[in-house]
Amino acid sequence: MSWLQRNLDFVLGLMREHLALALIPVLLGLVISIPLGWVASRNRYSRAALITITGVLYTIPSLALIVILPVLLGTQILDPINVVVALTIYTVALLVRSVADALAAVPKASVAAATAMGYRPLRRFLAVELPLSVPVVVAGLRVAAVSNTSLVTVGALVGVGGLGQLFTEGFQRDIPPEIITGIVLVMVLALLIDGLLLLVGRVLTPWDRVGTGAGRTS
Amino acid sequence: MIEFRDVTKRFADGTVAVDHLNLVADAGKITVFVGPSGCGKTTSLRMVNRMIDPTSGTIIVNDTDVMKTNPAKLRRGIGYVIQQAGLFPHRTVLDNIATVPLLLGWPKAKARARAAELMELVGLSAEMARRYPAQLSGGQQQRVGVARALAADPPVLLMDEPFSAVDPVVRANLQDELLRLQSELGKTILFVTHDIDEAIKLGDKVAVLRTGGILAQYDEPGTLLAHPADEFVEGFVGRDRGYRGLGFLSADGLPIGELATVPLGTPSATAREIIGDGWAIVVDTDQRPQGWVRVGQLADGPVTADSLTAGGSLYDTEAGSLRGALDAALSSPSGLGVAVDADGAVIGSVSAEDVLAVLDDARQAEIGVS
Repeated sequence: MSWLQRNLDFVLGLMREHLALALIPVLLGLVISIPLGWVASRNRYSRAALITITGVLYTIPSLALIVILPVLLGTQILDPINVVVALTIYTVALLVRSVADALAAVPKASVAAATAMGYRPLRRFLAVELPLSVPVVVAGLRVAAVSNTSLVTVGALVGVGGLGQLFTEGFQRDIPPEIITGIVLVMVLALLIDGLLLLVGRVLTPWDRVGTGAGRTS
Repeated sequence: MIEFRDVTKRFADGTVAVDHLNLVADAGKITVFVGPSGCGKTTSLRMVNRMIDPTSGTIIVNDTDVMKTNPAKLRRGIGYVIQQAGLFPHRTVLDNIATVPLLLGWPKAKARARAAELMELVGLSAEMARRYPAQLSGGQQQRVGVARALAADPPVLLMDEPFSAVDPVVRANLQDELLRLQSELGKTILFVTHDIDEAIKLGDKVAVLRTGGILAQYDEPGTLLAHPADEFVEGFVGRDRGYRGLGFLSADGLPIGELATVPLGTPSATAREIIGDGWAIVVDTDQRPQGWVRVGQLADGPVTADSLTAGGSLYDTEAGSLRGALDAALSSPSGLGVAVDADGAVIGSVSAEDVLAVLDDARQAEIGVS
């Protein structure tokens, strides 16, 4: 505890960096996954292609990706953009499937009814299909966010890893409290983000938790 | 008015769903499309609001060629009730119903006020407004579906097997409600079903389609039952069509005979005089029938409700169909049907022989005319 008290400002700075490195890719990944997931939900060919490609992307080792990206993007090896791009790729790999499954599970009758009421396709997507996908998409989003929060630490090996730097530095200088602080804070962050997303999901979908028994008597 | 002019729909795989359909659905009436699966009834319906575009031919809705109208705008002017209701699970009952008014750009408050009006019209209590579809029964969901279709007061309503997913008792209620609504609103309704009984109950006119999208017969339901155009229609119309057809024949000219009535509480001696050696109907103070009584059944003391023989169906002279009269006679323990007025009070009796005599007269008249 005394190590943490002496280095509080340093740790808080790393925590801010960690949050940004974990959550910016979640947002970017979501924005990219919605149109891709929509394409994948259209027919089984586009689905097979997109699920395969994103599945392969997810198998690339994270350290390798972070090291290769500067070559592909022309960025500096220490540039945080490398970590953001790498984690965005993983987020997309996880979310495309969630979005595709969620859209495919929207009741056909509701979509047909929306069309018959006079919704044009884009407005129908935003007003009917997307809101009905929220429960499944949020579930995918929680997995991606927690996974990102822990993956950020890998970035420490190239010098941009948020709280992961507490691991590398703690090992190099042999300070066990620094390593333990890092582990605990990463876990706490992951749990907080997961809980927050759960809460946001619930607020967005009051209709998803209504009892199906009430009022069914007549 | 909805008019199909030589409409054909051939799908990409070569299947012909609708084959040169020519038909006029009258304004303000219910026209039912009925037939087995693959007869193109739903395809025909969906071509009216351009959910499907015809391969050839023209569809006219209220003097406008639908193919010359923007699909989204066209659909906002045509109510649509889909199988299984197709409600939006994430919107409350009120917001589901307000969908089309909001699409048309009404202010939110006005759209919701209109939605509340419609809930009352279709018989949903106001407390359901804030509920989500998952909290409603199947029958309630269908009512919401009908209210949503009526929200912007479209002159034309398309209904695609709207009551097929609910149990028979609820279905019968929803059908009665639709007929009540239609008597108030007078919409031009196209109704698709595979259930011939539903078609005959609801349709002002019924179009029977056969597999391959060919119109087999288009007539009023009574005509369909009495004169099926061919073996297919006859087979499709089903059993007991002679008996069911009586429902569409007027009972004008059916004599109402006398019927001995005994008020509840009559002393047995007086009752014995009224009954004679036959049957009498026991009535309450409003002249409503309570059951039959025979001389042998009479105990000492006044006539009570628990000593009676249960009666059959009642013949409502207001509705006045021969089917109701014949059924009343056939189901009565005395062989005489009990005729009642609109308030349910006994006004006399009908007999099966008289119903058959009226039928015979009608048949003679028809032969004489043709």
